[in-house]
Amino acid sequence: MSSFLPPADRIWWKVPVGRQEIVWISIALVWCLIMFFMMPYWHVYGKQNLSSEAYQTNAEKFGASVETFVEKYQTRIDEQSGIPVVTPPAGSDIYMLGRLWQWYPILELEKDKTYRLHLGSMDWNHGFSLQPVNINLQVVPGYEMVIKITPDQAGEYTVVCNEFCGIGHHTMVGKIYVKEN
Amino acid sequence: MAKFRVCPDSGFYFDKSAESLMKVNAVAGAVFLLIAGILALGVILTRWQEVHLLPADLFYQVLTAHGINALIFWVIFFEIAILYFASSTLLRSRLAAPGWAWAGFALMIIGAVMNNVAVLQGNSSVMMTSYVPMQAAPHFYLGLILFAVGALIGCFVFLGTLVIAKDDQTYQGSVPLVTFGALTACIIAIFTIASGAIILFPTFLWSIGYINHIDAEMYRIIWWALGHSSQQINVAAHVSVWYLIIGILFNARPMSEKVSRFAFLLYIFFLQLASAHHILVDPGVSTEWKIFNTSYAMYLAVLASMIHGLTVPGAMEVAQRGKGYTKGLFEWLRKAPWGNPVFSGFFFALVIFGFIGGITGVVMGTEQINLIIHNTIYVPAHFHATVAVGTTLTFMALTYLLIPVLFRRALFLPWVAKMQPYVFAGGMTIMILFLLGAGTLGVSRRHWDMDFTGAALSFEYPGTAYMMMAVGGIGGVLGVLGGAMYLVVTVGSLLFGKKLEPSAGLFQSFGVPLAASAYNIDQPDQLQMAPKLAVEEHGSGGFEAPGTFVLALALLVCFVVYYAINWDYLASVWPMG
Repeated sequence: MSSFLPPADRIWWKVPVGRQEIVWISIALVWCLIMFFMMPYWHVYGKQNLSSEAYQTNAEKFGASVETFVEKYQTRIDEQSGIPVVTPPAGSDIYMLGRLWQWYPILELEKDKTYRLHLGSMDWNHGFSLQPVNINLQVVPGYEMVIKITPDQAGEYTVVCNEFCGIGHHTMVGKIYVKEN
Repeated sequence: MAKFRVCPDSGFYFDKSAESLMKVNAVAGAVFLLIAGILALGVILTRWQEVHLLPADLFYQVLTAHGINALIFWVIFFEIAILYFASSTLLRSRLAAPGWAWAGFALMIIGAVMNNVAVLQGNSSVMMTSYVPMQAAPHFYLGLILFAVGALIGCFVFLGTLVIAKDDQTYQGSVPLVTFGALTACIIAIFTIASGAIILFPTFLWSIGYINHIDAEMYRIIWWALGHSSQQINVAAHVSVWYLIIGILFNARPMSEKVSRFAFLLYIFFLQLASAHHILVDPGVSTEWKIFNTSYAMYLAVLASMIHGLTVPGAMEVAQRGKGYTKGLFEWLRKAPWGNPVFSGFFFALVIFGFIGGITGVVMGTEQINLIIHNTIYVPAHFHATVAVGTTLTFMALTYLLIPVLFRRALFLPWVAKMQPYVFAGGMTIMILFLLGAGTLGVSRRHWDMDFTGAALSFEYPGTAYMMMAVGGIGGVLGVLGGAMYLVVTVGSLLFGKKLEPSAGLFQSFGVPLAASAYNIDQPDQLQMAPKLAVEEHGSGGFEAPGTFVLALALLVCFVVYYAINWDYLASVWPMG
């Protein structure tokens, strides 16, 4: 009953703590520290990390970079959607923008090559959700995020929007093709 | 002069004005829970793809309202009632400034109604988070601001009551642990509401055209100091209620006042940092910031929860062992009152909060692992374990305790109350586990159509994802049924429950004080310190609560294994950096 009564000892902070609590707190603290150091460890030894490279931008500026990129490396137009398919050289800077309600353009990449992917939004928040790999990134208007990616399996990948962006949110689907080299 | 009544069943003293305020706040909370629960059904039956009940616009509207009513209005109204209980009732003090408390309540009601009206009108389907530059109607933000100001007044009334109690020496020694926990919740609430004001007020000005730009990333960072911290109020509040419930049901005393209070102190220092959990895959935020904040400064707030995870059931075990339930490791638990919804509700909330909500929260709040979880339906699955079960079920359990004590009514349909925690916790657990699975398969949260109907490009989720969403849907419907059972019992008790002496009529159940003759105490006797125990040892080897220790180790094993599995899963995706 003393959980809702004043403590039995006036100087409760001097009452020694039982062995059981000390053991448990020690175990828990060690576990907490392991979890903490796991994050910097993975930055050094792990392969999946998010860079913090990002730039402030705006829709016109970012849109223009994407257009230049598309004009330079466009190889065809996707018949189903009318969206250009872009095949950039291995290892280059590649761009994708999110807007209501489209991921643009479609990218065609080579397996095991590393690209610098620039992501940005033309209007609202969008969510870059690469399926079925299940890599998820927040795409925020006014910011250009740069991530180094290395597709390590060939195939057709889909970019779903997973940040709510209005009534057509569910139609916002993009593609990344990864080819064997 | 304040007038008190004493509850003949529990011995609690109720200040007349505090009592009325607790009643109206708790009842208002239940009304918003009712709204949230009805809306939940719309959400579940749409996400269950084979049913796909609502059209897209209505779905997003319903989802927005469900989130705000459940995560903000229901819990905060109920928490204001808890703050008044933990100060005025537990300390036997008159409530500070009841006029202000009523004004705060009125503001909260006006704000909550205004916000709901804005969403109902259809131009504010922006989700609970209302990320700019997607814009809601001005009264959407104004409603939230008024609600927050009202809640802030409630916090200061609580603090004022602590001051009065101290001045009037209504208690000896230090405040009880439950009040200390409520104070933690109050401090976190003040931080939370201040963050909310900092971001929502400019957003309101932007919505009426006075400011032309709000940075989308800045909004996200500051908004989450409101959005996540508001859930930390819940954690501090429901942990306090756990201590209250074990005290009332088992005469349990904290294993160590020092340890439990230290854990609450850790919450005050570090729990706020969790807003970083939402920013882990955002642009423009440094890696160092993410790691420090997402880990709550080396997981010291997680440490606090792990401490409560031991000391809450541990205190109960020690009390039960003291009553002679000493056989084996778990007789204390087997012989617990499983038919009493106060106990079963509390215990399910504790277990599901810890094993599911806690573990998934830490895992997905790991900087890199968040890459494979962010914005998938794994996220709502996690916070339904923490808030919809951890907090909500705890508050439901507390309600069963308060109906006779505060409202002076016997429980209506006690057999329904007895089953309610089982149905609610069972249904929600099914929903949570399967949505966690669906999220791992990449299914998005806040998404109307996993078939992507009408999209220029197509994509199909694996069949397993559909199956998981369907089973999750069945669990969710069961959960809503459990919620409905709670409301049937509470509303039924207030309307038709047998009156207890001193008795309450219909209006007395809602907010009007009982008959004047019941309030026959000017000032209760000073609250004495808990009686000292002759030192006794239960259990073995200096371990007072060996059963709880085994349970805690089981939690740790689940934690370690699940954490490792997720790193392994992360290691299998495309290299990036």
